[in-house]
Amino acid sequence: MERIPILKLGEFLLVSIQVDMHDRLAMTLQDDLTERIVKMHAHGVLIDISALDMVDSFIGRMLGHIADMSRILDAETVVVGMRPAVAITLVELGLSLPGIRTALNVEKGMDLLRRASEANRGQPGKGRHVPAQD
Amino acid sequence: MPIHSDGDVVMIRQKVRAWAVESGFGLVDQTKIVTAASELARNALVHGGGGAAHLELLNDGMRKGLRLTFEDSGPGIPDIELAMREGYSTGTGLGLGLSGAKRLCGEFDLHTKVGEGTRVTITRWK
Repeated sequence: MERIPILKLGEFLLVSIQVDMHDRLAMTLQDDLTERIVKMHAHGVLIDISALDMVDSFIGRMLGHIADMSRILDAETVVVGMRPAVAITLVELGLSLPGIRTALNVEKGMDLLRRASEANRGQPGKGRHVPAQD
Repeated sequence: MPIHSDGDVVMIRQKVRAWAVESGFGLVDQTKIVTAASELARNALVHGGGGAAHLELLNDGMRKGLRLTFEDSGPGIPDIELAMREGYSTGTGLGLGLSGAKRLCGEFDLHTKVGEGTRVTITRWK
């Protein structure tokens, strides 16, 4: 069965969507990701959509579901690389992706995940304590 | 083009993209047309139980355009006003399919008859 690969990088999971996804493939990715978050104890998910030339309401909803589910599982999601034409179309479609953190590219997205993860660890009762930086 | 699986929806998106490029639409317009086509093709599949899409290149001498028709022989839409309302959905979606597709295209035409099916036509001029 066709699947979108999920890569592990430290405590984060990386997904780069490189194909025009049909709806079932999007659902499979959603299921696979939630499973991997739990299995790998991941604290963050980065989804690169720079290769997507269109995001319709179905894919938008899938991204929202992934963000919601990972939050419940104690992982942050950040969506990176959205093309400008896709952003314009999404807003006109009526979808502003509430609850989804975005960043311009993979590098900025990883920074965001690292910061969120460090801030989380700094909280009492949230695992290992890391002294606050700067 | 047939709409009988979610793979067909992807095929339609790609074909519409190719035609929009061919017609000389800019990147933002291409994206809007493809997104609208994706919403309407999925509607025909999910709500209409499948159907067909027709693509037409238009040229009125002054400008070029693209017309897309999506037909299904599903249950039809009993209350068009309600179906067009943003956020209303009978399925599991966000209720943005019809209202969103209308916003993304210049001309939007909906014919539906309960028990017979639905036909949606969208046209975008360059």
